[in-house]
Amino acid sequence: MNKLSTETLSVVVEREIPHPPEKIWRALTQPHLIEEWLMKNDFKPVVKQRFTLSGDWGSVDCQVLEIEPNKSLSYTWAAMGLESVVTWTLTPTSAGTHLRMEHSGFHADQQQAYKGAQYGWQKFFASMEEVLARMD
Amino acid sequence: MPNAHDALFSALADPTRRAIFERLCREGEQTVGALQARAGVSQPAVSKHLGILKDAGLVRDRPEGRQTHYSAQLNALAPLADWTNQMTRFWQNGFDRLEDLLKRMDQ
Repeated sequence: MNKLSTETLSVVVEREIPHPPEKIWRALTQPHLIEEWLMKNDFKPVVKQRFTLSGDWGSVDCQVLEIEPNKSLSYTWAAMGLESVVTWTLTPTSAGTHLRMEHSGFHADQQQAYKGAQYGWQKFFASMEEVLARMD
Repeated sequence: MPNAHDALFSALADPTRRAIFERLCREGEQTVGALQARAGVSQPAVSKHLGILKDAGLVRDRPEGRQTHYSAQLNALAPLADWTNQMTRFWQNGFDRLEDLLKRMDQ
């Protein structure tokens, strides 16, 4: 599930979901639905569009990188010094959809982010732990 | 988060340092000279990188005669594994809520 490679440290979550890709796509891209399972947001399904995900603990600045309706979606995920990318991939299966999310954190070419890491990771960890505590 | 974590993350953020650490993980204990031969940077630069890795707890040095041997400390990676575990829990939880939402969308 977790992998450590030369270039990136990623979190990958995959799940078989008994719903068609088109329906999952709506949940991944319509703001009122995104709010129900992730965070409040002003998402727009347009490449280069910036949006913000916000929780009680703070917010995540995002920008749409790639979008292919019903198939894949990726956006940057920047929060308190963390520069990362979230990529969703939807693959139809006989039972519904194979949904894959890859959240990659460390990139060799994101030097700016690393400079912010000293402060950023600390804040990000603390905030994330608060969120996780509430979510349990 | 303790400062040790900051040192770990910033130590691994540099690609040259990460490559040196990975080489020690894969090939075991080595001298500065052996590392420098393949790192593509000067010996002082390799020594500096090793110093930062050592401060972060990622490598250990063992003097032997005039040579110093360096080895990787894999247990120092634990905070990274913790981070990915936390992020995994965050997203697993998101998936759970997404599934609940998808069920409700049918009704």
